[in-house]
Amino acid sequence: MASRTEYSPLGDWWWTVDRLILAAIAVLMLAGLVLSLAASPPVALRMERDPFFFVNRQVMYLIPAVAILLGTSLLSLRQIRRLSMLVFVVSLVLVAATLLYGAEVKGARRWIVLFGLSIQPSEFLKPAFVIVIAWLFGESTRRPEMPANLVALALLLLVVSLMVLQPDFGQTMLILLVWGALFFMAGMRLVWVAGLAATAAAGLAGAYFTVPYVTRRIKGFIDPSSGDSFNIGIALESFARGGWFGRGPGEGTIKRILPESHTDFVFAVAAEEFGIVLCLVLLALFAFIVIRALRHALSTEDPFARFAASGLAILFGLQAAINMAVNLHLLPAKGMTLPFISYGGSSMLSLAYGMGMLLALTREHPRAEMLDSRNAYAGSPA
Amino acid sequence: MSSMDSAPQLDLQPPENPAPVGPAPDQASPAKTWRRFFGQGLLYGRDADRGRKVKARIGLAIAAFVIVFSVIATRLVMFAVAPDGRNWHRSAPAERMSATRPEIVDRNNQILATDVIAPSLFAEPRKIQDVDEAVELLTAVLPEFDATELRDRLASRKGFVWLKREISAKQAQEIRRLGIPGVGFMPENRRVYPNNAEVSHVLGYVNVDNQGQAGIEKWLDARGLAALHLAGLATDRLQTPIELSLDLRVQHALREELIAAAEKYRALAAAGVIVDVLTGEVLAMESLPDYDPNNPRQAVDPQRFNRITNGLFELGSTYKALTLAMAIDSGKVTLNSTFDARQPLVFGKFTIDDFHAQKRILTVPEIFTYSSNIGTAKMALSLGIEHHKAFLRKLGQLTRLNTELPESREPMYPKYWAEINSATIAFGHGLSVTPLQAVMAISALVNGGYLVPPTFLKRSPAEARELAVRVIKPETSEAMRYLMRLNVEKGTASRAEVKGYYVGGKTGTSEKVVDGHYSKHKILNTFTAVLPADNPRYLLLIMLDEPQPTADSNGGATAGLNAAPTAAKVISRVASMLGLEPRYDLPLAERLILAKWR
Repeated sequence: MASRTEYSPLGDWWWTVDRLILAAIAVLMLAGLVLSLAASPPVALRMERDPFFFVNRQVMYLIPAVAILLGTSLLSLRQIRRLSMLVFVVSLVLVAATLLYGAEVKGARRWIVLFGLSIQPSEFLKPAFVIVIAWLFGESTRRPEMPANLVALALLLLVVSLMVLQPDFGQTMLILLVWGALFFMAGMRLVWVAGLAATAAAGLAGAYFTVPYVTRRIKGFIDPSSGDSFNIGIALESFARGGWFGRGPGEGTIKRILPESHTDFVFAVAAEEFGIVLCLVLLALFAFIVIRALRHALSTEDPFARFAASGLAILFGLQAAINMAVNLHLLPAKGMTLPFISYGGSSMLSLAYGMGMLLALTREHPRAEMLDSRNAYAGSPA
Repeated sequence: MSSMDSAPQLDLQPPENPAPVGPAPDQASPAKTWRRFFGQGLLYGRDADRGRKVKARIGLAIAAFVIVFSVIATRLVMFAVAPDGRNWHRSAPAERMSATRPEIVDRNNQILATDVIAPSLFAEPRKIQDVDEAVELLTAVLPEFDATELRDRLASRKGFVWLKREISAKQAQEIRRLGIPGVGFMPENRRVYPNNAEVSHVLGYVNVDNQGQAGIEKWLDARGLAALHLAGLATDRLQTPIELSLDLRVQHALREELIAAAEKYRALAAAGVIVDVLTGEVLAMESLPDYDPNNPRQAVDPQRFNRITNGLFELGSTYKALTLAMAIDSGKVTLNSTFDARQPLVFGKFTIDDFHAQKRILTVPEIFTYSSNIGTAKMALSLGIEHHKAFLRKLGQLTRLNTELPESREPMYPKYWAEINSATIAFGHGLSVTPLQAVMAISALVNGGYLVPPTFLKRSPAEARELAVRVIKPETSEAMRYLMRLNVEKGTASRAEVKGYYVGGKTGTSEKVVDGHYSKHKILNTFTAVLPADNPRYLLLIMLDEPQPTADSNGGATAGLNAAPTAAKVISRVASMLGLEPRYDLPLAERLILAKWR
């Protein structure tokens, strides 16, 4: 692509970016496209649309997604912080606006129409929030006298309460888990970690007893005969029918009766048509990206870069793990997309943004550049 | 925020110094000490090297992810290795969607039960946009829907509700054409019994989830069909059909004659069974009123229970055959022995008398043909209570008879067995058994002396020989054949004769117990026929519950007047189906049977 001897921003990027993670993401995106061909036509037909409606849209989303992925991966740490601060504030406002103006879908307000596009601002909130929190925890390492931890806690409460109001318990859980993981990594004493875990457990118990839909989901998980676990039963059948090598492309039958086969249950469709082997390959790709990114976080020395990379990797990994676990009936049903595979514009763009930042954070920055970036930052007001 | 007074602590270099243990008075103000205490001590631990701690904890996060991904991978592999495995809860909807069942065929490969695929109508109420419209459209196609109930179901916020299981293809087509969003079909296996009520109690029936609820269907499940499904072995077309011992043609004839008899004699219920005495195979079994297995709702009516395996009856005189066989087998009684039947037997306030009273000394064959209660009671008493009990136990009359059919009953007999009990049980009162149990015993009496447990599945003679247990001597069996035939030639069973088939038999007219007393008017009639009597192959039992006298019976309603002629009708129809060739001009029992062993 570019010679090492000549300096250019693009050449610099090519030689420093983690090309293996980039390749893994590219494979996931392609797999998503292929699986969309399998999983979405029945849904489109059910909605009385053109069979390739969702496939076409997925392609349309992939183009800006790739642009965002590559664009953000070019950013410096400082630019990432600034961009994320902006995205965080804007999406926070949009999430709040969703509560007021959003359309109610299946009893929740998560979507808002902006410039003719229906978007889910909470998707964009997640990665931006991770960066902001990582910055705060990084600051607390560097400058203990700053009340960074308190600010981080306050932001968490703000974001979580907006999510609960929507309500969106899947995203709430995800955000709580990522925040908790970062808090834990930041080196908090185990007493605090335990205390937070207890609070989260109490919150979950509270939700179980007060929010009917959470009650149903959890009951349905524990005792499938109590109803509302239809999707899961069907999804499990797909895995059983698929076997090692699947029934072959287009041979899936369960996708026709599985609601949300193109979003939350695309993994099950993949199993039926392409087999458990493909599922294991997808799982391996996710695991590879997460673990490699976390190992980058281990080796990097900058506290912000370390927290931000770990946070984004954990966000990505948890989202994938939760989706797969729900498909396999290891967790109660939760609306969560499988990164880069599931259909969904907001989810796709937000993931591209998040993973673009992860690529930027895991680039092999020469130490001098890091020091440079740090000094530049230290001198400027936040 | 911008306090830059302390030197920036770069993480690149290790902290010069672990955090100070106590406040250093000359270095910081109280406020800063406080902050440092909370910021460092309370949150992170006092002496923590945070850089190292962060690294260790990222390591922990990696480990956690490795575990989580491994769990998911394991689960995936489990699905691939054991599809349909026990990986999900038993009652998950996927499994509730009716299981496939093997076909059931009769001994000639006629289909008795099979699976057909039928669409079931379901709705996803959350996806239904206009409930009222959906209700209106659906009730137009399926008028049996209750509009209010349907509206409630569609208006619920559930993800999935069944609307109607197993609808016809035509209805499905019409509903599909309506194009209601949120309403769909799922193909389900539906059990179909092409012979309707012809074979009911043997087959049993399944519920809407295709799980066996009675009869062979339930046995199939209990035997491990459910387990087969879980192991993924019972897939669509791989199952071998279950071959029953039944012969559909014989079953049809038996049922038709029983229906006719029940009507002619105005009986409350009628039942019959035909078994192969050598193999124990049940060739036909009918218990009226029966039900159509395609309509399981009928089956729950308590009157429609299986009287042959699940009804307990005092079989009356039919049971005398057992007593005579016991007596002859003991060697103490021969066909020439005599018993005094001049006086009724008196036990305290009970008196045992004869129905066809002869008031004289009777020989053993006479006791059988006149069906003398006094004679049989004396015969049993002459051998003693213990001998009587042991003999009945040997013939399986005191324990529950287990066949493939789950419907069975424990026999009822007195806990304290006194002489009076032996005396009455000798002629079939005071011991209640299931008719199939009695059939098993009488088969043993005439088949050469082997007790063969009855079965509803096809069984080869070799398999039967392995299961057979000798219970009486072959000579005793010959004597019993003679007595049975004699009873038709000149006893109470003369109306059972069918020319050419050399029928032998024993009638049984027992008074039913009503409110703890034997009723004179409510009777239960049985007739047991063996054919051909000189070398029995088949045994037929006919049972009529409370038959009424007919115009040509002179007010009588004993078994010889109704059960025996019914048996004759059945025999004349089924004998050729059973492969028996008619033989004419056969000598009387005395010469044909007795001569062989004398």
